[in-house]
Amino acid sequence: MLEIKDLHAKIGDKEILRGINLTIKTGEIHAIMGPNGSGKSTLSAVLVGNPLYEVTSGTATFNGKDLLAMKPEDRSHEGLFLSFQYPVEIPGVSMTNFMRAAINEKRKYNGEVPLTAGDFLKLMREKRKVVELDNKLANRSVNEGFSGGEKKRNEIFQMAMLEPTLSILDETDSGLDVDALRIVAEGVNKLKTPETSCIVITHYQRLLEIIKPDIIHVLYKGRLVKTGGPELAKEIEKRGYDWIKAEIGEE
Amino acid sequence: MDSEKQYIDLYNECRSMIFNHSASALNVVRDRAFDDFKCLGFPTKKIERYKYTDVPALFAPNYGLNLNRLDIPVNPYDAFKCDVPNMSTLLYFVVNDMFYDKVQPKGHLPEGVIVDSLCRVAAKNPDFIEKYYAKLAKTEDDGITALNTMLAQDGLVVYVPKNVKMERTLQVINIQRSDVDFMSNRRVLIVVEEGAEVKVLFCDHSADDRNFLTTQVIEAFVGENAQLDLYCLEETHLKNVRFSNLYIDEQSNSRVFHNSVTLHNGVTRNRTDLTFNGEGAECNMYGCVIIDKNQHVDNNMLIDHKTGHCSSNVLYKYVLDNESVGAFAGRVLVREGSQKTISQETNRNLCATKEARMYTQPMLEIYADDVKCSHGCTVGQLNDTALFYMRQRGISLSEAKFLLQFAFAAEVIDQIKVEPLRDRLHHLLEKRFRGELNKCEGCKLCK
Repeated sequence: MLEIKDLHAKIGDKEILRGINLTIKTGEIHAIMGPNGSGKSTLSAVLVGNPLYEVTSGTATFNGKDLLAMKPEDRSHEGLFLSFQYPVEIPGVSMTNFMRAAINEKRKYNGEVPLTAGDFLKLMREKRKVVELDNKLANRSVNEGFSGGEKKRNEIFQMAMLEPTLSILDETDSGLDVDALRIVAEGVNKLKTPETSCIVITHYQRLLEIIKPDIIHVLYKGRLVKTGGPELAKEIEKRGYDWIKAEIGEE
Repeated sequence: MDSEKQYIDLYNECRSMIFNHSASALNVVRDRAFDDFKCLGFPTKKIERYKYTDVPALFAPNYGLNLNRLDIPVNPYDAFKCDVPNMSTLLYFVVNDMFYDKVQPKGHLPEGVIVDSLCRVAAKNPDFIEKYYAKLAKTEDDGITALNTMLAQDGLVVYVPKNVKMERTLQVINIQRSDVDFMSNRRVLIVVEEGAEVKVLFCDHSADDRNFLTTQVIEAFVGENAQLDLYCLEETHLKNVRFSNLYIDEQSNSRVFHNSVTLHNGVTRNRTDLTFNGEGAECNMYGCVIIDKNQHVDNNMLIDHKTGHCSSNVLYKYVLDNESVGAFAGRVLVREGSQKTISQETNRNLCATKEARMYTQPMLEIYADDVKCSHGCTVGQLNDTALFYMRQRGISLSEAKFLLQFAFAAEVIDQIKVEPLRDRLHHLLEKRFRGELNKCEGCKLCK
């Protein structure tokens, strides 16, 4: 599904990704862990085409297409979704109008007619249940005045609406209480099908206990330095990152 | 005094023609206004309140006038079809500066309410005119008001007697209609007596592809405990130059809600002077300007808190694209002894290009010590983070820009209390941002 080869990227003059190689097959869940500042969020931002970051070399192929050549909106239409670490507030734009625009642009891209207002509202109602999102939030401006937990739930609600094939969850568990974490993680599980894949960026084992990843990677200083099975996350939870740094010959 | 000369000559040559085709109650003030105009001339950029608009240059071209009051053939319903659906308004037309009485609105006015030609009211009821006309709009203060007063022959009167609360909105369509380049001088007098309430909607349109120059003076008296909602919507073409001077007098416990929307225009200069002459009054002044190409909109406002215990709230928002130029200057004056004044003034602007220019000047002058006042302004661009967030969800850059710009401007429209009008303006705003406004079915230019 996604194949990343020797990806380098920088923000301003600062090189952050220094040769990422990663292959994700259909149906797989990958977790990316790593110390703060190692480049996890940058990797997700580069994949969805955030203009703040510049790719200096390397390739990323998504379902056979050159991902890096596509506009951010087309990457979305092709099935790529990012749950933002810090969802953006958009005053004055209602959730309903925002989602309708997103859904209908995707349909247009796929050569389908726009949804009728009735069908659209029905879809909203249905998908809200996935993350138990209150109806009141749907009538408010996008993320405006939402609590931290509501913002994250809203991200997963949007994921449910757009039905992506590859979702990147960037620290979706940060700032969540235990119950909200469970709702969000179970929401992600409900949306999982054999045709969809997922990249989970997290610091903590507890999210991975619900969303069970197949493969765990450790990202450090812009490179994937270690890859393993689910047991690697437990090891990191227990021992931190120092032993991995030691393994690769650092203090 | 180059620009002024043709108007001075015109008045000298055509004085009797102007007088003969108007009413004596209106003629009484003309010579005085002429003297003031000769003395003042057009305001130049050296005058603080006019520093953002080159007035003499805009008055320099030679325009035709209709001093003989010839009928200009027009079918207003044909020229203007963009009425507000689901909104039962009492619809009136003013063609150039002439009250159009060949059609009367469906429905009756409440007893005592007058909506009529200024010239006719002046002939029938000179005492009324003498009491109110040219009292707020002082000719010695403003060259454009002086010019309007010396040349205006007709216009509109809205009179709502004591304690009459009008349910239906009065809608007045001002149509620019001429086969030659044309100047009109329109005059409006609004009197809302004690305890009365009225909502007035002015829609300015141009029906012909000519150069138009319009001066307009609106005087509004809002009596004790009365309420005036005044909506001004401009949707004219690029060759249109408009000077509108609005003067409002508020008595105690009165309420004024003003919403000025410039959707499409050429050059527009709006001057608004509001004076609180009694305690407990309030005003809400909103404005929304959408401009692109080389359009120019200059809103200049003075809110004079002459008495205490009044509150004023100002919010103006501009969205500027291409090489357009916007200006906003709002001066809130809290006079000595006007204690317990509450005032807030905000001007927010979006410049979409590096070439678009916005001049903003919120001003607060306070001579009392127990007041709550604030003012502020911003000029900026669309939020990049929000744009990217929307694009990640599949919304194209142009659609994301539209949604953000629309949300920005809609804050002003959302203040409108008349729901069908609000909906209609949302619709027009959307068309405007999508560049479809010029293709509107009501506009003769695109047929």
